[in-house]
Amino acid sequence: MSVDDVRRALVRIAHEIIERNHGTEELVVVGLQTGGVPLAARLVELLREIDGTDVPFGSLDVAFYRDDIGLRPVRPEKATSMPCDLAGRVVVLVDDVLFTGRTVRAALDALRDLGRARAVQLAVMVDRGHRELPIRPDYVGKNLPTRRDEAVEVSEDGVLIGDLGPV
Amino acid sequence: MTSPGTTDAARAAVATARARPGTVAPASTPTARDDSASGARLATSARRHLLSVADLGRDGILEVLHLADSFAEVTERDIPKVPALRGRTVATLFFESSTRTRLSFETAAKRLSADTMTFTASTSSLSKGESLRDTVETIDAMGVDAMVVRHASAGAPHRVAGWVRASVVNAGDGQHEHPTQALLDCYTIREALARRRSGDAPDDFAGLRVAVVGDIRHSRVARSNVLALSALGAEVTLVAPATLLPPSLEGWPANVSNELDPVLAETDVVYLLRMQSERMQGTFVPSLREYAARFGLSRERAARLAPDALVMHPGPMNRGVEIDAEVLEGSSALVTRQVHNGVPVRMAVLFLLLGAAPGGLAAPEAPR
Amino acid sequence: MSRKICVRGGTLVDETGERRADVLVEEGRIVEVAPAIEPPRGATVLDAGGCLVAPGLVDLHTHLREPGGEAAETVESGARAAALGGYTAVVAMPNTEPAIDNAAIVRDVLALGAGVCADVAVAGAITVGRSGERLAPLAEMAALGVRLFTDDGRGVQDARLMRRALEYAGGLGVVLAQHCEDEELASGGHMHEGAWSSRLGIPGQPALAEEAMLARDLGLVRLTGSPMHFLHLSTAGSVALLRAARSEGLAVTAEATPHHLSLTDETVASYDPVFKVNPPLRTADDVLAVRDALVGGVIDVIATDHAPHPIEAKEEPFESAPPGMLGLETALAVAYDVLCTPGGAGANGDTGPRCTPVELFALMSWRPARIAGLDAAGGHGGPIAAGARAHLCVFDPAARWVVDPSAGASRSRNSPYAGRELTGRVRHTLLGGEPVVVGAEAQR
Repeated sequence: MSVDDVRRALVRIAHEIIERNHGTEELVVVGLQTGGVPLAARLVELLREIDGTDVPFGSLDVAFYRDDIGLRPVRPEKATSMPCDLAGRVVVLVDDVLFTGRTVRAALDALRDLGRARAVQLAVMVDRGHRELPIRPDYVGKNLPTRRDEAVEVSEDGVLIGDLGPV
Repeated sequence: MTSPGTTDAARAAVATARARPGTVAPASTPTARDDSASGARLATSARRHLLSVADLGRDGILEVLHLADSFAEVTERDIPKVPALRGRTVATLFFESSTRTRLSFETAAKRLSADTMTFTASTSSLSKGESLRDTVETIDAMGVDAMVVRHASAGAPHRVAGWVRASVVNAGDGQHEHPTQALLDCYTIREALARRRSGDAPDDFAGLRVAVVGDIRHSRVARSNVLALSALGAEVTLVAPATLLPPSLEGWPANVSNELDPVLAETDVVYLLRMQSERMQGTFVPSLREYAARFGLSRERAARLAPDALVMHPGPMNRGVEIDAEVLEGSSALVTRQVHNGVPVRMAVLFLLLGAAPGGLAAPEAPR
Repeated sequence: MSRKICVRGGTLVDETGERRADVLVEEGRIVEVAPAIEPPRGATVLDAGGCLVAPGLVDLHTHLREPGGEAAETVESGARAAALGGYTAVVAMPNTEPAIDNAAIVRDVLALGAGVCADVAVAGAITVGRSGERLAPLAEMAALGVRLFTDDGRGVQDARLMRRALEYAGGLGVVLAQHCEDEELASGGHMHEGAWSSRLGIPGQPALAEEAMLARDLGLVRLTGSPMHFLHLSTAGSVALLRAARSEGLAVTAEATPHHLSLTDETVASYDPVFKVNPPLRTADDVLAVRDALVGGVIDVIATDHAPHPIEAKEEPFESAPPGMLGLETALAVAYDVLCTPGGAGANGDTGPRCTPVELFALMSWRPARIAGLDAAGGHGGPIAAGARAHLCVFDPAARWVVDPSAGASRSRNSPYAGRELTGRVRHTLLGGEPVVVGAEAQR
C-alpha cells in the first residue's frame, strides 16, 4: 500500500466508524503501542473533520498482559494513558497490523482492568491472516495475505512487506 | 526489517572497583531486537539476581527506572494490577525484621498477580538449629520463583543465590547494600526533577549534587545510593564525623566532608540517614545531642538550603536528631514519595528478574 | 608391607644441602644413603623419580579438635590429613572442649595420638580454660613432655598476667606462644579492616589489633628474658616489629601460615566464609611482607593453623560463620608454588621473593622440629643419614592435582583452595619407616 492508499483507507474507516455507531457519541479511540497510536491519532483528526466532534483519544501498552511473559524478554514500550473512564463507552481499538490476534486478546484483558466498556470494536490497517485466536476486525484497511515468515511494516512510507531473513 | 542484536558484554562486565571472584554473575543474554513492523523493542538482558546496585550498572538502573514508570501508571488505576507474573511465587525471607520493606515487596508482587509467601525470623526453623542453607533450600524446593532476602549479615543473599534455583533479590544485607532502596531513591529524584522542569524525566544526573549525611559507616542504604547516584552521573558528597565514615574510602566515587554547614548551600539533594542510638554505646559519637547539633537538618539549616533543594530520608526518622519535625512537613521533603515509589520500583525489579526469558537466548519475534 | 623400604630416584634435601641419592630404610631407621642403592630382596621400592626427598614436615600449629569437636576432626583423621601433606609430626592446639589445660587432658590426647599416621605432640593452654584469668598448671603439663603453651584462638589480653606467665615459664624451660589479637581493637571485626571491608560492608579489624599485642609481648620478652613464639603473623607491621626484635637479639621465634602468604582480603568479595580466618587475610602488601620475612629469616617457620569446621558451620553467612581454614594437605604445595617455583607466580597472581628447596624445608621441617623439641628424641627434622629415624616426605614438585576437600582425609571441607589446581604434591610419607602415604594415598 502506498502512502495515499493508507490515507484513503483511514478516511473510509473513519466514515465506517461513524456509520456503524450512528455518530461519535460515547466513542473512545485507543491506539495500541506503538504502531496503532499514530494511526489512532490520525483517525481522531479525521473524525473531527468529518463529524465535527472531539473524540477522546488514549494509548494502551499491553506488555504486562502478553501471554508470552517468561518465554521471552518482554518490555513495555510506552506508557498507557486513558483520557477518561471507559465505563459505558464504545472503545475503538486501533492497531497497524493484525496477525495472530494475541496482542488484541492482551488488549482486551487490559481494557477489562481499565473499566467496563459497553463494546469494543477493532480497527486495523492491515490484516495479514494467520490467526491463532478467534479475533476478527470490525474495520480493515486492507487484507494482505502473507507468508508467516514475512514481515509487515506500516509507516509514513506506506505498508511494506519483506522477508524476515536471519535474525 | 529487524535490527541486529547488541551484545551485553558491557552490562555483564560492570566496571566497578570490585573484583568478584567466585560470585554468581548475572546471567545476561545478548539480545536487542526490533519486532517487525511496530518496532517494539523486546529484549534487553535476562538477569537472575539483584544482589548489588553494581550488578545493574547505569543501563540496568535506567532500565528499572523506565519500567517503574509503566508500573507507576498501573498503581494509579482503580484496579492496580496486571497479570504479568501470574502463576509465579515470590517468597520474602526476612531474617532481620522490617515490616515496611517486606510489605512493599509483597504489595509489588501482588500487583503483578504473583503469589506471595512470607517467612520471618521468628517463625523460622533457624531457631531450631537449621542452617541458612537448609532453610533456603527447603523453600526453593517448594518451587518459588523469587526470594527476597533481608539478613543481618553482609553477603547472605550472595550465598543464598549460589544455593537455589530461584532468583534472589537483596532486600538489605547487613551493612553492605539495599539496592531497591537506592533505586526508589533515584526514581524519586528523577520524578522530582521532571516535575520541576515540567518535562521528561531525566536519564542523567550529571551536575546534580547530592549530600549523604549521617552514619555512612554502618549504612547499607548509603553504599547502594553512592553506587547508584554516581552511576547516573551525580556528584556525591559524604557528610559525617570521622567515626561514622568507613575506615577506607578507597575506590568510593564520592567526596567527603566532616561538616554539614559548608555543604548545605552547594547541594541539590540532602539525603539524611537514620542515626541509631546504639552508636553511642559504641562510642561513635558522644551523644545524640552533639550529633544533632553538628549534623541535624534543623529548621535553621533547612532555611539555608537552595530554594529547590530536595530533602530525603529512607525512614524511619528520628525527629529532632537527623531532621526537625517542621522540616519534614515542608514541601521539599520527599519522604512520602520515597515510600510511595517503593512499590512500582520493586514491581519493576521483580518483573525484570522474572518476566524475562529464563537465562536463554531471546526467542524469535513475538507474533501479533 | 615389608619393613625394608627403598626410596629410589629422588633428590635428597636436608640441612646439609641437596644431593641425588637413594635411601634404604630398615626397621624404622635409615640404614643407607647412597647415589644408587640396589634394593635388597623383599624390600618395598618407593619410586621417588623427579621428587624431593626431605625429612618429614613438622607442623607447630594444628587444630585436631579432640576432645569436643569430633564433628569437624579427630586426632586420627587430622593425623591422616597431616601425613597426606607430608607431615610426620604435628603439635595439637589446646582450644578443645574442654581445653587442654591440665595433665589429665594432656594424657588423653597423647593417648589418642598413639598409633595414628603422624606423631602427635600436645600444646597446653597458658591459662585455665583459656579464659585469660589464671595461670594453668604449666609444670604438671611440662612433666608430660609439653613444651609449647598457648591460649590460641585467643590472645592473653591481660598484660600483667602475660608477664607473670612468661616469668613462670622461663623458669620451667618451656616456651609460651601467642595468638596476637587485642580484642578491644579487633572487636566485631570479621575480616581485615581496609578498602575491601569498607566496600563489602563487613566490619573489619585493623592490622593494629595484631601488632599492638606483638609489640607489647616483645617488650615483655625484653623485660622478663623469657623466650616466646608468635603464632600466625600476618601483617607488614608485625614483620617490621619482629625484624627489630631479632636484630636486638631477643629470644623470639615466629610462624606464618600458607594462606597468609598466598591469599589477600580481596578473596572475601565472594562472601564465602571459607575465606574467614583469624588473623584475617590481609592486603597484597602484607602478603609480600610475610613472604619476604620467611625468605629472609625474619619469620622462622611455616605453620598451617589447620582449623577444621563442620560443613554446616561454614554454610552460615560470613559474619556468623566461625573463622578457620584447612591447611595440612595443601601446605607444602602452596608454599612451594609461592616461594620456590622458578619464575612462577604465587597463588594470587603476583611475583615475589624466592627461596631454594633447602630453605623451604628448613621452614617446614627441621626448624619447627627444633622449636617443638621433636628433633632429638623424636628424630624429626633430619638430617637424612644412616642411623636417623626414618621420617621422610617425598614431594613431587611437578605433579598437578585439583584440590577436592571431599576426597581428602580431613572430616571437614573448609579449604580455601577447593577447586584449584595446584602444582606439587606429596607422593609418599614415611613415619618411622612405615609408609603411611604411598602414591598420594593414605595407607591406613
